[in-house]
Amino acid sequence: MDFNDTPEEAKFRSEVRTWLEQNAKLRDPASAKAGRSEKSEAERLVRAKQWQAKKAAAGYAAITWPTEFGGLGGTPIQSVIYSQEEAAFEVPRGFFEIGLGMCIPTMMKWATPEQNERYVKPALYGEEVWCQLFSEPAAGSDVAGLRTKAEKDGDEWVINGQKVWTSGAHFCDYGIIVTRSDPTVPKHKGLTFFFLDMKTPGIEIRPIKQMSGDSGFNEVFFNDVRIPDSQRLGDVGEGWKVSLTTLMNERLAIGQGAGVDYEELLKLARETELENGPAIKDSNVREKMADWYVQSQGLKYTKFRTLTALSKGQVPGAESSIGKIVSGPKMQDLASFAMDIQGQGGIMQDVDESPMAGAFQNQWIGAAGYRIAGGTDEILRNIVSEQVLGLPQDIRVDKTVPFNELASSKKS
Amino acid sequence: MNFDFSDDQKMLKDQARKFLDDKCTLADVRKILESDASHDDAVWQGLCELGFAGAAVPEAYGGLGLGALELCVLAEELGRCVAPVPFSSSIYLAAEALKLFGSEEQKLTWLPKIASGEIIGTIAATEGAQAPSPNSVKSKFSNGKLSGTKIPVADGETASVAIVLVNTGGSGEQALSLAVVDLTDASVTRSPVNTIDPTRGHAEIIFDNTPAELLGNEGEGWSAYKRVEAGAAVLVAFEQVGGAEAALTMAKEYALDRYAFGRQIGSYQAIKHKLADMYVKLELARSNCYYGAMALSSDASDLEIAAATARIAATEAYRFAAQENIQTHGGIGFTWEANPQFHYRRSKLLALSLGSASRWKDRLISELEKSNVA
Repeated sequence: MDFNDTPEEAKFRSEVRTWLEQNAKLRDPASAKAGRSEKSEAERLVRAKQWQAKKAAAGYAAITWPTEFGGLGGTPIQSVIYSQEEAAFEVPRGFFEIGLGMCIPTMMKWATPEQNERYVKPALYGEEVWCQLFSEPAAGSDVAGLRTKAEKDGDEWVINGQKVWTSGAHFCDYGIIVTRSDPTVPKHKGLTFFFLDMKTPGIEIRPIKQMSGDSGFNEVFFNDVRIPDSQRLGDVGEGWKVSLTTLMNERLAIGQGAGVDYEELLKLARETELENGPAIKDSNVREKMADWYVQSQGLKYTKFRTLTALSKGQVPGAESSIGKIVSGPKMQDLASFAMDIQGQGGIMQDVDESPMAGAFQNQWIGAAGYRIAGGTDEILRNIVSEQVLGLPQDIRVDKTVPFNELASSKKS
Repeated sequence: MNFDFSDDQKMLKDQARKFLDDKCTLADVRKILESDASHDDAVWQGLCELGFAGAAVPEAYGGLGLGALELCVLAEELGRCVAPVPFSSSIYLAAEALKLFGSEEQKLTWLPKIASGEIIGTIAATEGAQAPSPNSVKSKFSNGKLSGTKIPVADGETASVAIVLVNTGGSGEQALSLAVVDLTDASVTRSPVNTIDPTRGHAEIIFDNTPAELLGNEGEGWSAYKRVEAGAAVLVAFEQVGGAEAALTMAKEYALDRYAFGRQIGSYQAIKHKLADMYVKLELARSNCYYGAMALSSDASDLEIAAATARIAATEAYRFAAQENIQTHGGIGFTWEANPQFHYRRSKLLALSLGSASRWKDRLISELEKSNVA
């Protein structure tokens, strides 16, 4: 048992490291968790596109993609090694993950060779950014319950409806969208999938202001938006099957968890005076810190087990599914407890007055969303119990009934 | 990255599993529950014949000369089947204490017999219903004689040798030392004590001017005891992981089998999510145990942290799986003839036998305060 690279992995790591050293600058560890950037999103996007082009030219933008799509034809562990090394450098992040992680792999599987010729490379080089249009106001966890209508009109489809929680829609060039083309059949059977130009007339994008005050997501409205039939992916009515390709391509979550964790809590507990002495000496504080330390380590070593499987060329075991179930509530509870330690002053969310510039308060707000985004705690538990433990699915009242006869609070 | 057991270690695990699946079913464990026997001697002898008792004892002392990783895979299988055997007392504790702190003569005297299973060893630290500590250990050792009472002592009735935490005078931690005691001496009185888990025998042992000798240096018993505990904590954590997985499997099988309100109870989210939580805790524990195993096998400087982390996670995983297994079973789970009780009993026994979770959490934070992590 050891944490060492194989000789091949070590060689790849050193190549990657050398390239990164030549092309990027090391991150200042002190500001590693600072979070918000001073620059505007538009400025950051320009920088991100420049970085993406460099990375793609070196082959590191899509390590596991086949070479004919501009990838490196590498292994999952090589991809992980690159991410681990890149994490130490000051490089732009957060613009291409959805496009390259979900949208383009869906295109690769379902689009024509000519379409892939046209779209894959510009996406890889950061010239065109993609978004994913799945969730709707009435279709969150139950995404197949979506209502955005697609009606055939000659060689075109006319789209009407609303999508929500669309990350980056306001700066994206293209998107993939799943729509309801036939409401008279059961819900999974009446869906059709397209890709589209986000500048098509009739699309209106409005930012959603989250309770944190940030706006990372959008609502996207479709008002008689016309999409050529040639941009349909998969057959009419087969949209759910295509959607599953997208959802299965969610990136292997290997990156280091962001945010404040037990190290910061330990620091806070050392620096905070309670009625009976320093917080670090309080047995309640110690017990809670130990629990979160143990959870953090458990997640870290679970990742190491996953990496071990990848390193051996095996498919990772089911243990890799537990990450977000543990980390979401932990982020929330730990932040909340850290605020408790600050007593009456814990209500301050102030860069100058709050410990660590308000990092605990920021995380306390943000964690409420993290537990919902990308699969709620509850849906993830369903997935573990059904796909890992083999328990039966819930009894479903919506599987065989035509979609337009289903009970809902909003009749379509 | 090679954070996994080797193929040889996995083969050893399979071998243990095959033997235990055959000889140590829950029906076998039930016989011990319902008898006065301290342990299942047929299973114990079988394990010894396979060489498992001496797996991590050096060849010079009659063992197989394998390492801690081999003990870890065996421990997981013993935990899975709730084995009613003195493996932890004799091997994780007594043999390991002798290996770590024994003189050459002490090792030669005791290790070959423990490794072969000819005798059973144990550790005797606790004196009543409070954790052993420099303040609470009263058993007195001076001039080669030991007097005092230890209770409860695991396998205290059947063991032939005990490593005893004794008071040698002085203050604070320096008051404590470890001693080796031949329990067959006529001055030793032993009687069984009732516990929450009768599948593992426990006893009260009274020493009355019993001949004994120091193990390791006088006045260093407390740190030595904690080092022995840390190693055993990793191994017991593997037992806890094995037990937690077995309890989860039992709950899952029942949830698939049992119908209520016209459907399998395993189709209700209340049950599904409970079982998902068992799985999550189990995998966190397993991952922490792997790191504990790595630290133990290399006697790493962060063994104390790794052991505490593994123990805290595994204690929680087994506690939750064992208690929610009964809950999943409903009324039948609370009956004498149903099997969930084995895990409920064993999970609490293991949770306390090396000290409570609160104590280990405090130990963990104390270590983190000292280390660079903080």
